[in-house]
Order: sequence, then C-alpha cells, then structure tokens
Amino acid sequence: MKRHAALLLALLVFFAQTGIARAQQSSESRPGAATETLIRNATVLTVSHGTLRNTDILIRNGKIAAIGQNLRASPSARIIDATDKYVMPGIIDCHSHSMIDAVNEGTLSVTSMVRIRDVLNPTDVDLYRELAGGVTTLNVLHGSANAIGGQNMVVKIKYGRPIEEFIFPGAPPGIKFALGENPKRSNFPALPGQPRRYPATRMGVEETIRDAFTRARNYKAEWDEYRARLARGEKNLIPPRRDLQLEPLVEILEGKRLVHAHCYRADEILMLIRLADEFGFKVRTFQHVLEGYKVASEIARHGAGASTFADFWGYKIEAYDGIPYNAAIMVRHGVNVSVNSDSDERARRLNIEAAKMMKYGGLTEDEALKLITLNPAWQLGIDDRVGSIDVGKDADLAIWNGHPLSVYSRVEMTLIDGEVFFDRQQDLARRAELERERAQLEQAEPNRPPAQGPAPAVPRPRRTAYEYADDIWDGGDYDQ
Amino acid sequence: MIMKKLAANPIKLSVIVLAFAAAIGAQQLNRVVVERVKTGPQGLYAIKNARIVTVAGPVIERGTVVIRDGKIEAVGANVSIPAGAQEIDASGLTVYPGMIDAGTSLGLVEVPTGAPGTVDLSEIGDMNPNAQAIIAINPHSAHVGVTRFNGVTTVATLPRGGIIAGQAAIINLDGTTQWEMALVPAAALVIDFPRVGGGGRAEFAFMQAQQRQPDLTEAIRARDQQVERLRKLLRDAEAYARAQEAYARDNRNVPRPDRNVVLEALVPYVRGERPVIFRADREQEIRAVIRFAEEMKLKPIILGGNDAWKVASLLHEKNIPVILDGVLDLPMREDDPYDLLFENAAKLQKAGVRFCISTGDTGAHVRDLPYHAGMAAAFGLPKDEALKAVTLYPAQILGIADRVGSIEPGKIANLVVADGDLLEPRTNIRYLFINGKQIPLVSRHTELYDQFKDRP
Repeated sequence: MKRHAALLLALLVFFAQTGIARAQQSSESRPGAATETLIRNATVLTVSHGTLRNTDILIRNGKIAAIGQNLRASPSARIIDATDKYVMPGIIDCHSHSMIDAVNEGTLSVTSMVRIRDVLNPTDVDLYRELAGGVTTLNVLHGSANAIGGQNMVVKIKYGRPIEEFIFPGAPPGIKFALGENPKRSNFPALPGQPRRYPATRMGVEETIRDAFTRARNYKAEWDEYRARLARGEKNLIPPRRDLQLEPLVEILEGKRLVHAHCYRADEILMLIRLADEFGFKVRTFQHVLEGYKVASEIARHGAGASTFADFWGYKIEAYDGIPYNAAIMVRHGVNVSVNSDSDERARRLNIEAAKMMKYGGLTEDEALKLITLNPAWQLGIDDRVGSIDVGKDADLAIWNGHPLSVYSRVEMTLIDGEVFFDRQQDLARRAELERERAQLEQAEPNRPPAQGPAPAVPRPRRTAYEYADDIWDGGDYDQ
Repeated sequence: MIMKKLAANPIKLSVIVLAFAAAIGAQQLNRVVVERVKTGPQGLYAIKNARIVTVAGPVIERGTVVIRDGKIEAVGANVSIPAGAQEIDASGLTVYPGMIDAGTSLGLVEVPTGAPGTVDLSEIGDMNPNAQAIIAINPHSAHVGVTRFNGVTTVATLPRGGIIAGQAAIINLDGTTQWEMALVPAAALVIDFPRVGGGGRAEFAFMQAQQRQPDLTEAIRARDQQVERLRKLLRDAEAYARAQEAYARDNRNVPRPDRNVVLEALVPYVRGERPVIFRADREQEIRAVIRFAEEMKLKPIILGGNDAWKVASLLHEKNIPVILDGVLDLPMREDDPYDLLFENAAKLQKAGVRFCISTGDTGAHVRDLPYHAGMAAAFGLPKDEALKAVTLYPAQILGIADRVGSIEPGKIANLVVADGDLLEPRTNIRYLFINGKQIPLVSRHTELYDQFKDRP
C-alpha cells in the first residue's frame, strides 16, 4: 500500500513536471519568442543614446539582450542581416482608434464606466498596414463626444494573435477626456424631436467635469470612512454601493489612472489645468492640443505631456490656429511632446510626420524621433519597457531600408517582443498565393450574385487621406 | 465706384483695407495686407552658384537662372548675369520649378466644418457647368501663404459635388485678386462620373447604418439614369452650339436661338477644346469614363485613379492622363496589398501612362504635395519621375506646360530655392518666386510662430 502510494506520488511528480515542461515548451515554441535573434551590422537609432553604426542587436526571450559590435548568438539563432539598413524603436502612436468596433458611448457626457477593452477587434486589417509603417504600440482611445469619455487600452499590434496577447502588460490604465467643440456637440445638430445634450458650451464642459469629480470625491470619502471603520474592527458595517462611473475617477484622484484630454484652444487647456490642480490630480497628456504653443509654459509647469498632430490643421474652427511649429515650441518650453495619428491612414507614415518637425521649428533628428518613440512611451507610462533601443527593453523594433526620417524610406521588417510581425519580403512572396485565393473565392458558390432577392452589398466609398475630423474612424465618419 | 477710384491709388486702398481689418479685429486680414506690401516687384533677378534641377533636361550642377519681367530669361552653367540684376547667391542650394497640384479646391474652402460661410465648394443640384471656381476663389485665404511656403506655386482649383460640379480654375499662388492669380480662369469641366452606390451619404454614420442596404440592381439602374442625363445634357450643348453657329452664319433665315448659360458653358468641352476632369477610382468606373468620353468625343482626364494600374494598358493606348490623388489613401479593399496605392504611380509610369500626383485636398494640406510624391518614390517610382509628377507632368496634363512646370527660358518664373531635396520633409525653402516676384516666406503659421515662440 505504501509502495503503491510512493509510486503514485512519483508518477504524479513526473506528470506534473512534464506538464510544466510542456507548458514552457509551448510558450517557447513560437518563432522568435524564446529563440535568439541577432540583427547584424545595422545603423541603430537608439533614440536614448544616439546613433550607432555597424552595430548588432541581440534579442533573447523577447528582450534586447545586448547591443554592440560583433555580438555572438547561439547556433540556432535567427540572423537578420541589416547591412545598409536602419533600426529604430517600434513607433508608438499615442492616439489611435484602430481595431475598435465602437468609438463613442455618446449618450451621456460622463461615460467613465465604459471600456475600449470591450470593443477591440484584433482582425482589423489596418493594424497590419500600421505594422508595415513600423508602428508597434497603440494608445487606443475612446472618442471625444464626452467631457469624460471611456477607459483606454494600450496594445501591442500582435496582428494574427488572440486579443489577450495584444494587451500591453503592465501599462497603467487611462481614460479619455474631451474639451471644446466635440463634447459640446456644436458640429453635430440634434436629431429632430430630441433635446440637445448638456453641455453645449465650454462653461458647461468645465461644470460637467467639476461635478463628476465632486461626486467622485464624496464617493472616495464614503469608502475611506468605511475602510477606516473596518480597520478599527467595527462590526456589521454595510459597504457603500459600488459606482462604476465614479470608480475610475477615484483612481484618477489617487494617481492610478492617466488622463488623456482631447483639446484645442488655449483657454480650455488652462481650464483643465486649473481644475486638475484644484482637485489634486495630473493631466498626463493633452491630446491634439493645437494651441498648446500659446500656453506651453503652463503645460510644462503642470507636468503634462502633449500629443499633437505634426501639421494637420484648419479642419474646424478650433483647429484654425493650429500651426506646424506647435510641437517644436512645446519641446523648447520643456514639454514632453509626441506626434500621433488619430487615423489609420496617417499612422502608416508617422516617420514622415516626425521628420516635418525638423523643418518646422528646427528639431534635431533625435528630438524628431523621440516624438514617435520615447516621448509617447513616457506619456503612456511604458517607457521602462519600450521607446528606445536599450538593453533590457522589449525588442519592439522597426527595420528600414533607409533613414526613417527620409520620405524615400520604407519598412522592411517590424518586430514585437523579438517576433517578426511584418516582413516585406514575406509579404511580397505571398501575394501570388493570395491572388489565387481571391480568384477561387470569387468563383465559390456563396459569392456569386444571387438570381433573386437582395443584391450583394454595394462597395464602400473611397477612404481618403485627409478626413476633416478628429477621432475619425473607419471611413471618415465623425465621432458621434 | 468708390472702389474703382481707390484702386487707382493702391496706397490709399491699402490704408483703408488696414483700417477695415483693424476695425473688425481680424488679425489675419491685417497680416495678409502687410505681406503684400513686402512682395517684391517683377524685375531683374539672377540666382547664381545654384544647383539647378530644370526637370526639362539634365541637372546643372552649378549655374545661374536669370529672371526678367516675370519670365525666365536664361538658365545654364555659363549664363552671364545682366547688368543691374539683383543677385541671389544660392551656393549649396538647389533651384526647382514650383510644384503644381492639379487636383485641389484651394481657395473655395477655408474651414470645412463649423463654418459653412467659408465653404463655396458645391452648388445645389447635379448639373452646374456654369459654376466657375474662379468666381469664388478667395485670394486672401490663409491656405495661399501656407501652401506656397512649401514650394507649391500653382494649383488647379476644382469645384466638387453633383454630377457636373463646375469649371476648374488654374491659379498661381500670388495675387491680390483671383484674376491676378489666374493662369487659366476656366481650365476644365469637372464631372463626378456617376457610379454604383455613389453619392447621397447620410449625414450621420449611425443613420447611414440604419439605411436599407441598397439593392444592386436598383443602384445600377440609378447610375445608368444619371449617365443618361449627363449624355443628354452634353448632346443638348452640341446642338446648342450648332444652332448658334447656324444663326451666326445666316441671321436672316435661321431663327435666333435663346441663350442658355448652362449649355453655353459646356460648348468648349463638348467640342473637345478644353479637357474634362472625370472623378473615377474603381476599375469599372475608369473603363466607363473611357467609353463615355470616346462616345461623346470629349478630352478626358481621370481624377483619382486608385485602380488605374489595372487599366494601365488601355489608358496608355488611348493616351488618357490620370491625376492620382489617392497615393496616401488607405486601400479600398480589405485584401488589397498594404502598399497598393503607394505603388500605383510606379506601375503607371512603367506602363507609359501619363500621370501626375495630387493631394486632392481642399486647401489646408496642399502643402503636403511633395510627401505624396515622395511616398510613391519609396515604393518604386524613380525619384526624378516623382519630382516630374508634381511639376512638369501636371503642367502637361493641364495644358499649361508652355508656361510652367520646368525651368526653361520663356516660361513664367515660378521658382523654388531649397536647401535640400524638394520632396524631403526636412528640407527648407529659402527663396520663392512666383510670376517673377520674390515672395516673402511668411504665412499665417510663421506669424503665429513668431508671436508665441518666445512667450515665457
């Protein structure tokens, strides 16, 4: 009996161990995830410590393990010859509405309870197109219809993987705020028979946010008191009723949730700074912030970042004072500045957007590159993981056939956590096969025009490069 | 009457304009007037020690461009500088012809959203051949200064909307009136060629989603009806022209036909004297335009052309040019290769199709023209061809290559002096000439920059 028990135990231990081994193996069997990758002989734009010529990057377990010359890798390592090529950190887009099936919960002006996490669609093909532009990380934001919008989600573009693998591990949670024309709905006439939504002025936008934080303060006090009494050992206490709208706002007050505030005019930027100072929280980023250059010192003093367009302007009244020198002026005033896309189209060429900032205001190459790498990483609280090429950071990299700040350059390869998610040569090699597949699908019975009944959908209208709205999505419809 | 008198005295006029601008507190107007005062006169200039990319011929590594009375007088490595010329030492700099965007609506829209008073883009109704862009172009738009600051000196301004949107104007980006700016006041007829499922977008996205899925047969019928209406109107214009001619020849026996401004506007186009710009993106639309233009004996230019690469051999055979304004658009179909529209220009160039590259923008972002061309160059279009795609080719397609588009003696002196490759985003424009006048490199944006850059 005892011997049997011992045998059973041994067997259990054995299975348990092989089980663990199997689990480890499965996590390591992905190409590039655990095996080593060596990028050889590249020009490395580290962003944090200058440009290194003829340099190798060794990637191990998805992290940058070494940077230097003549690095050695294990015999099984994948070797990428990057002679005459440029490697930069994967681009971080600090304002995206890619991969979401809904942008705005536009029925209330405070919707802090809704989550972008719930509407992420990992099969959005624009994600692949963004990878092909060297983008690896997105700040996926709720739209700007509401003074306090929904909760954001920071993702890595692991296109082709289940949604769980997109979630950026450890990225601090955030939330969208919005000021000006969009939350007051001035460009969106009310539907017939429906009253206009409050607020309708910039005064009302301020009051809406003030009211929400006043309620959040009360709510926090109720919980603080409850927890204090619990700690004192009081019995038979009834906890306060949970409020899913106010909980995220309490997290803001406690410094646990980052505020990304859509704004344009200088007056509304100052409004939010004063309100945040009064309630004792920080705005992490002002988004768009087209008139940030008029109040750059105030933004710097508050400690907020600014995430703006390079030169997109004039598409509505509050964008009419937008100037392409905005980023440079704010940089020179000590603001942490990023350049974002707010567009699946523009996201594919953020390198060009960054390069423009050398012309408009005279940023250096490194300063321009920071606008799309290290600075947005700080703005999202993930600069310990991504944004520069440093040992220990995630191997999120874009390999270019020329300097990425040149309009003539294009991406050859994009890696995330050391894995290749875009490879131009592979893409080109697969085109004939996809062409055949498309032809076959067109011939397939379900795709033939029906003899009767409703006809197939009419093709969608064209998707233009310049869409005159912020927080646009999927074909250029305004946020609602 | 008062204006006429004042116009004879430009100083008085500008004083009054300044006072007016100040009175309404419009700093922008004020600035534009100040800017005009600084614009140099047409005169005698020599840009020397420059690298000269003439576009018409080989690059001159070190040479001189002489400008006299608005025109290019001489260009070459061994050109002597005429006495009295104002000399510009362009050592280390490159002279290019000013860029041309053949597919904008610059001047017709200041702020597209929230300021309908500044939008003069689309007339009511489907058939507006008598809507002329030149009538409504605002010469004092902030877009003028912002656009030329980047080296774009000439644009075609197109009305949009309906089926016949109106007539496009070609303007140089300098002048105090739109007539001073005009290179060709009525340059082309603009037709948004009827397409299946085209037009009639719902105002709100969610309303659109609620709309009944259009029936394909119904959509095709609607398209065919629109094409038929267009055909009939053009035929009427032909008949109108014949009637007018007959009356002109014999006004005794032929009854006097009533004048009709709509049909009259169409006459030069149905006679093939001026080009017709057709908006068409998808393959079947482009093929339909080619058939229609042939049937109606029009002189077509395709605008858009996202699928033009699929029709390249036919476009080449029929010698029909394409204004590509979708280089930076997202591909139309989910399974399109990611770089399909980046590569479109390169494919057309290889097939020998006449093409040029445009932003297709209504004004604020026409300044991005060089980057549209640059992106095409990153994906296979040779660099010199990319430059031609925004200089000589649009000039040829618009029929103005005898006057602009390259640096050749006799052409209008629209010149850009840059400190690097014209298509690179980091390149700065150092000198700018339009109509042989030196244009100060200021804009609404530089003014705001100067106003705020040193604010503590």
